[in-house]
Amino acid sequence: MSISRLVRIVQLGLKSLMLHKLRSGLTMLGIVFGVFSVIAMLAIGEGASAQAQKQIVALGATNIIIRSVKPVEGSSTDQNAAGSARYGLTRTDFKRLQKTISTITNAIPVRELPREARYLKKAMNCRLVGCTADYQDVNHLKINKGRFISDADQDTRANVVVLAHEVAMELFPVEEPLGKAIQIDSIFYTVIGVTNERTASAGIGGSLAAQDYNKDLYVPINTFRSRIGDEIFIPKQRGMDSEYLELSQITLTVREAKDVLRTADVVRGTIERFHTQKDFAVVVPLELLKQADQLRQIFNIVLGSIAAISLVVGGIGIMNIMLATVTERTREIGIRRALGAKQRDIIEQFLTETVVLSGTGGFLGIGLGLLTPITFRTIRWFTLNFILDTRPGQLSETSRMFSEMEPAVAIWSLPLAFGISVGIGIIFGLYPARAAARLDPIEALRHV
Amino acid sequence: MKLAARVENVTKTYDLGPALLEQPLGGSKQDLNYAPMNADHGRILVRALRGVSLDFPEGDFVAIMGASGSGKSTLLNLLGGLDRPSTGKYILDGIDVSQMSDAELSHVRNQKLGFIFQSYNLIPQYTVLENIEVPLHYRLGYPAIGPKEQARCLAMAQKVGLGERLDHRPFQLSGGQQQRVAIARALVNDPEIILADEPTGNLDSSTSNEIMEMLKSLNQEGRTIIMVTHEPDIANWARRQIVMRDGVVFKEVLTEEVLARHGGVLSVH
Repeated sequence: MSISRLVRIVQLGLKSLMLHKLRSGLTMLGIVFGVFSVIAMLAIGEGASAQAQKQIVALGATNIIIRSVKPVEGSSTDQNAAGSARYGLTRTDFKRLQKTISTITNAIPVRELPREARYLKKAMNCRLVGCTADYQDVNHLKINKGRFISDADQDTRANVVVLAHEVAMELFPVEEPLGKAIQIDSIFYTVIGVTNERTASAGIGGSLAAQDYNKDLYVPINTFRSRIGDEIFIPKQRGMDSEYLELSQITLTVREAKDVLRTADVVRGTIERFHTQKDFAVVVPLELLKQADQLRQIFNIVLGSIAAISLVVGGIGIMNIMLATVTERTREIGIRRALGAKQRDIIEQFLTETVVLSGTGGFLGIGLGLLTPITFRTIRWFTLNFILDTRPGQLSETSRMFSEMEPAVAIWSLPLAFGISVGIGIIFGLYPARAAARLDPIEALRHV
Repeated sequence: MKLAARVENVTKTYDLGPALLEQPLGGSKQDLNYAPMNADHGRILVRALRGVSLDFPEGDFVAIMGASGSGKSTLLNLLGGLDRPSTGKYILDGIDVSQMSDAELSHVRNQKLGFIFQSYNLIPQYTVLENIEVPLHYRLGYPAIGPKEQARCLAMAQKVGLGERLDHRPFQLSGGQQQRVAIARALVNDPEIILADEPTGNLDSSTSNEIMEMLKSLNQEGRTIIMVTHEPDIANWARRQIVMRDGVVFKEVLTEEVLARHGGVLSVH
């Protein structure tokens, strides 16, 4: 088809559409909103997943996290002489990993326990974390006051503690925490630092529980071992149950992201060899990142499909109007046929009209879609203000996520939405166009 | 003399679908030959043309007359390539077009035939010039409309006396002016035959005469004109008159003879 012919037939289509401006405009509106909702939905999906990805990246894309897992009750657990259940990662595991795997640049042993921290008459249930100096970097902890645990603290097994933001707020609402001593069990620890507030990491894929860093107490792991030890007694209805656990977690940092998955396999193998039971789990944030990516794709497809339904509705609107137009212009079709138009010419004429209609609608929809971030922010501003006005201080987890999310218009969604709208124009235009072309010219000429 | 068109023993039967039980079923063959409408194998068939043979020499001016239902409109539709005969041949400019496909027939309509209708049939949203252009849009290969074509449209508009009203739309024109636009449009592709279906049916007598003058002058230029009409006055403008009745040619006379014998009026019945 030559360009001049294409131009001519598009001009013809525009001319016919301009005859009924209101009708054409309203029909187009269906497509405009369809395209807009496709772009907006995908933008919101992208925004939500970008947020999830940010949280996973916070776990460290080059990290491998190995956690001790308590084996299921009743399965054969190793029992030591004292009869306590023995499981989990050991210091030997830690040394073995650190020494044998060359791609590992950094390894941090971690021991955690829920413990109560006291200061004067205030008390708070916290998570006591025994760790090394590197823990700070790997977990992106920022120090607000004082300093984090140092290697010297490890060597001297100093009774020092770093408080997480929320703990510091709770125990020292007005006082300066640095230099004060807080009590954990029967032992006192000097506060040497306070961390900044840190958003909780999300529990991703079910394999890693959400971690709230704001209720942590950090002590040197050597101090932990000396003061608390590996064996933990848990009170039961009659007597005590005891657990023997050396390390709760080992965090490994791999030199390069491309080595992460292979290193994780080797780590798994290395530990498995020396463990008779399945008492550990390897979490690879990079894998989670990939899972999240898949999840994002599914999310996008679902959201996009919902939006695409509105496009289909728009298409039905077009078909409806075109069928009416064909009836209305039966006479014109008859005239054109008598003057030499082939059936194909008539199909092309009506199809061009629908494509011009849906294409223009798609174009306007893209324009509207590009405004999604602004629209979203405006709506969010109003809703959040409304929540704050009606129930102050009750910003739920969901609304916090909502307030932090930024919709991102995906560039690829623009041609996609435009393509779909034009495709819809063709699909829903074909039937009316064929109906027009199949009219008997004699009947059509007689039509009033 | 070269023939512009030739119709050989053409029939046209319309199938109106299955007959109701009350309709006489399977009438004798003789009945079928006489009744324009009858039932055959349980279907209602309308035999609009029942064997028509006509020659149209180049430069002829023919008026086809007849009462309604006589088959004159069906004949015109066949001649205009808007329909195909059930049996028989239609030879247009030396080519048998009776079994052509829709696309081929469309091309024949575009190139060899020009139509003038009773109700003008202009496209309402188009200006005079655009209406005249329409047949040019459907030429073979869809060549672009260049200055040459535009000049031709302009020339046609001037020829029919509408050089001053090129930008008017049909509703801004009188009936006679609209019909003149239709004539210009019919001429734009320089057709073999001009087919006119009651060209003056919607016009008053003085305007009718203007239009007929125009057709007559076109005929004098050498164009073949076939016109359907039921008005004897209008038919008298033609060189030859053919009267249809019950799907066959009933009478075929020269206008001179009509004027001499019937005092200017050819009896249709």
